[in-house]
Amino acid sequence: MKDLIEIRWHGRGGQGAKTASLLLADAAFNTGKYIQGFPEYGPERMGAPMTAYNRISTSPIRVHSNVYKPDYVVVVDDTLLSCVDVTAGLKEDGAIIINTTKEIDEIKPLLKGYKGNVYTIDARKISEEALGRYFPNTPMLAAIVKVTEIMNDEDFIKDMEGSFKHKFSKKPEVIDGNMKAIEIALREVKKVQ
Amino acid sequence: MSIRERLSGNEATAFAMKQINPDVVAAFPITPSTEIPQYFSTYVDNGEVDTEFVAVESEHSAMSACIGAEAAGARAMTATSANGLEYMWEMVQIASSMRLPIVMALVNRAISGPLNIHSDHSDAMGVRDSGWIMLFSETNQEAYDNMLMAHRIAEHKNVNLPLMVCQDGFITSHSIENIELLETEEVRKFIGTYKPEHYLLDRKNPIAMGPMDLQSYLFEHKRQQWEAMKNAKQVILDVSKEFEKLTGRKYELFEEYKMEDADYVIVCMNSTAGTVKNVIDKLRKEGIKAGLIKIRVFRPFPGEEIAKALLKAKAIAILDKTPLLSETGGPLYEDITSAMYTQKINIPAINYSYGIGGRDVTEMQIESVYKDLQELKEMEKPYRFLGLRSK
Repeated sequence: MKDLIEIRWHGRGGQGAKTASLLLADAAFNTGKYIQGFPEYGPERMGAPMTAYNRISTSPIRVHSNVYKPDYVVVVDDTLLSCVDVTAGLKEDGAIIINTTKEIDEIKPLLKGYKGNVYTIDARKISEEALGRYFPNTPMLAAIVKVTEIMNDEDFIKDMEGSFKHKFSKKPEVIDGNMKAIEIALREVKKVQ
Repeated sequence: MSIRERLSGNEATAFAMKQINPDVVAAFPITPSTEIPQYFSTYVDNGEVDTEFVAVESEHSAMSACIGAEAAGARAMTATSANGLEYMWEMVQIASSMRLPIVMALVNRAISGPLNIHSDHSDAMGVRDSGWIMLFSETNQEAYDNMLMAHRIAEHKNVNLPLMVCQDGFITSHSIENIELLETEEVRKFIGTYKPEHYLLDRKNPIAMGPMDLQSYLFEHKRQQWEAMKNAKQVILDVSKEFEKLTGRKYELFEEYKMEDADYVIVCMNSTAGTVKNVIDKLRKEGIKAGLIKIRVFRPFPGEEIAKALLKAKAIAILDKTPLLSETGGPLYEDITSAMYTQKINIPAINYSYGIGGRDVTEMQIESVYKDLQELKEMEKPYRFLGLRSK
């Protein structure tokens, strides 16, 4: 991992991108890193495009601004590809991870000539299989951890178990499903460019 | 032993309040400080604090309840933002004139209208001469640390003034970052028990509080408030020294970053300071002698000290996170240039209004300020905007 990695999340209100960014910050924190996790708050409406950010660093983070030149971009909803400039500022040696069932040929024209790595994952299928409902954020969280290599699969799984036990202390029935979603996502995220 | 954690600025503030364990917290929720009373009320509900939590129907009542509690002899706290603080305004002045060391968390936010929930310093600047001590915080860590020092400063017998700890709404209040926490026992030992000299529930020494105060006395009482504010400066330094011994974290009236030989200096407060430090490190590598003064103590204003720290600068940019609605610059600019004048320091100093209503403050913006300073010959166009769209 580089000394500093910056991540931008694109999602829609209600899909849990903010939670995913905070869980990613948690996971990186547990590996001893300095972290920032913050959403860009706007008029919060279900379905409206929203952005969240992470910084993960080996030294204290002082900057307090949004991320303009991300190393990684996570797109939680592929309908955003046609209405948000998701590759803006994205570094060529970084990657974009998209929740989609589409093939690379279909996505490519929407990425405005981005030449770096592109990963896809079908978070809907994974979530519905593991949780019986559509919560794309857990599979996307697993995907970004896998792609950035912030930590290895085993440590991440152990870590998330703890986080979910805390987060879902009042509804333990969803813990197993979320853990399953993570395990499948770690296997299924694939590089398509 | 310090505890390594990751918390948002609001979580850190609520956690500090839990460790302080005040007698009374009275609050009415308003974005972005809402989470502070929300988290704190959970501690109350879980029995983790002994606090009487008063869920009031407005901010005016929140401050009124704090005044009543503090006058009775209790330690009282509250949290608010923006329009909530404006609604409190009448009682904010009464708290300080009654010399009640109430402590408030102020999460800085633009004031309406039009309606905006995001960060700037308009709310704090509206109460800057209300007789409250005002501490500003760059990070969640500083918001936490300032809160732990707050009661020691406010309750000091030479001070007896209310105190607010400010931090930037959303930028630090809702951002999760690393933080070092103290053990609760250490905190309680550091803060100690509140033993007010005069209080209403002292049956042996009955007193009146807040009575009529007309031509023959009000002036002298205001002068005493002024004296107390002056005294606060030394008390802040003393308490900060003691805090440094406990934590290793050094706090003064303001922080100087790369100021030893700085030609071009930015003065600002709160979260922007971190971004400025990044830019300074970059410019220093290019041979540009950039520096920063970050104000921690805004009231009492350390004017003389700041003016002296600026003595060797070639050009100064003072960043006000308030809209420029006066013809003589923002509050920070007015205070600093006034201090420079009384110290007979004549260095070109310009003012920028920036970050209004949550407008993102970028490294590129800060770099442009240092560029402006390098090109600045005389005092020209002193009132400017930073990050404003041209169309």
